[in-house]
Amino acid sequence: MARSVTTARKTANTIVAGALGLLMFFPVLWIIILSFKTEGDAIKAPLEILFNTGWTTESYGTVQARSNYFKHFSNSLIISLGSTFLGILIAVPAAWAMAFVPAKRTKDVLMWMLSTKMLPPVGVLVPIYLIFRDLGLLDTRTGLVFVLMMINLPIIVWMLYTYFREIPGEILEAARMDGASLREEVIYVLLPMAIPGMASTVLLNIILAWNEAFWTLNLTAAKAAPLTAFIASYSSPEGLFYAKLSAASVMAIAPILIMGWFSQKQLVRGLTFGAVK
Amino acid sequence: MGHIRLTGVKKCFGDVMVIPPLDLEIEDGEFVVFVGPSGCGKSTLLRLIAGLEDVTEGVVEIDGIEATSLPPAKRRLAMVFQSYALYPHMSVRKNIAFPMKMARIPQDEQERRITDAARVLNLTDYLDRRPGQLSGGQRQRVAIGRAIVREPSAFLFDEPLSNLDAALRVGMRLEISELHKRLATTMVYVTHDQVEAMTMADQIVVLHAGRIEQVGSPLELYREPSNLFVAGFIGSPKMNLIAGPVAAKYNAHTIGIRPEHIDVSANSGLWSGTIGVSEHLGSDTFFRVNIHGLDEPLTVRTDGEIGLRYGDTIHLTPNPDHLHRFDAQAARLA
Repeated sequence: MARSVTTARKTANTIVAGALGLLMFFPVLWIIILSFKTEGDAIKAPLEILFNTGWTTESYGTVQARSNYFKHFSNSLIISLGSTFLGILIAVPAAWAMAFVPAKRTKDVLMWMLSTKMLPPVGVLVPIYLIFRDLGLLDTRTGLVFVLMMINLPIIVWMLYTYFREIPGEILEAARMDGASLREEVIYVLLPMAIPGMASTVLLNIILAWNEAFWTLNLTAAKAAPLTAFIASYSSPEGLFYAKLSAASVMAIAPILIMGWFSQKQLVRGLTFGAVK
Repeated sequence: MGHIRLTGVKKCFGDVMVIPPLDLEIEDGEFVVFVGPSGCGKSTLLRLIAGLEDVTEGVVEIDGIEATSLPPAKRRLAMVFQSYALYPHMSVRKNIAFPMKMARIPQDEQERRITDAARVLNLTDYLDRRPGQLSGGQRQRVAIGRAIVREPSAFLFDEPLSNLDAALRVGMRLEISELHKRLATTMVYVTHDQVEAMTMADQIVVLHAGRIEQVGSPLELYREPSNLFVAGFIGSPKMNLIAGPVAAKYNAHTIGIRPEHIDVSANSGLWSGTIGVSEHLGSDTFFRVNIHGLDEPLTVRTDGEIGLRYGDTIHLTPNPDHLHRFDAQAARLA
């Protein structure tokens, strides 16, 4: 589209956009800065922190000495990968059915699934807590895999449903005519064609599960606690330790930030899949 | 092998009956064309045979075995779709191999059949390309290749040529006809194009609103259409249909006369009129003639070099041997 945009206008736009970007990134940047300060420096006025204090990695050392980062890291990894894998396993057949053999109420079922995301999670905390207690799932990774799978399942089903809908039904019919069983049709034809969508669904759900804090904090104590609990343990009743809290936060968000960075092309492609032919 | 029999087959979508109960028999080795206007149920009928849709009532038999509730994969039929429906993530070779892979045919036998099919269909140079890198005609050939390698008992074609341009369509039409001659396998072909139907079919099934209007060879349908619908549908340009007092003279409710069965004269004839639009095709000339006393103009065919033009008076005489008579219920009168 040809439009006449003056240089001044472009510069102004760039400045506004840059400022907004900085505003959004600022909290993360500030956490990174604080994590390299001493506890005493971290509570000073912001400008003083920036220009009048030294840099140190002592917070990282303390955090590493006080708690077992790798235990939390592996918990986070198992919980986010496990819940995503389980979710995909359940969502593929569900989305297949809704996309290719819709019934009269399929749209309603989809809306209903989405509506569970509108419910405040705290509303079901007590029943779920009691169920977990009775089944012995409290503070277990298995329990967290299940609960995170369930809270993210509506999103996985919705995303896969949208991608599957883009696949022409005639291609699946051709597979059926070619002698493929339902399982072969899904494995050899549907899934390979849905790979871009599947990849972004998987990535997004790993990120969502990794960052999920409400359930992971409420249903774990020590054994199954993931990185969210690791961060939270630094805002403790002993008092607030800004530098250590920041260091813990950086250690918790770094893996997912790096993964997101490397997969952003895939994520964006997946999220806009089918928008333009 | 490829004998298909439908008995009392009926199809409803919800409350809408798209195919009222019908019987149809397709002999082994026949080339049968389902033809009819859009929405007449011809594709649905094909999909019922394929098993892609479930019949609401009735029995589908393939090679003497009841197939009514068999899944498509078990019917030993191959289908070529209008959209080609190739697997976009597989190479041409893998597309063609797919049905054989599903049938667990040994690898070396697969290779042999792929090579054969590729040679017949001129695809040898394209075996390692993806469908997205092929032209429409090549894609259609891959779809046909995928169908022939599994050696089905019958081929089903669902408007396979309608996405191709006119020149390519004529070429592919010949290729499919040749394929049928060589394989001698039953083919069921759906089209809305009556030229395709006339040129390719052993038997034409004319469908209208889900009902079979007539089944017959192309020439039978041309010579003796059993009702007004078939009379108007088969033949190009369309048969002239005249109702009212003119038809009454022939003891009919409606009479029909094809453009090629009307004698044209500048001097004398049964009907007279003036020439409206004329179309010169070189070999033939078609005139639209406004006849005195008739509401609708008639179409007539004459040879290409006739010296008449727009506005001239013309005299027409229908050839009585080729005059079709229909009663008030639109059925043919003997």
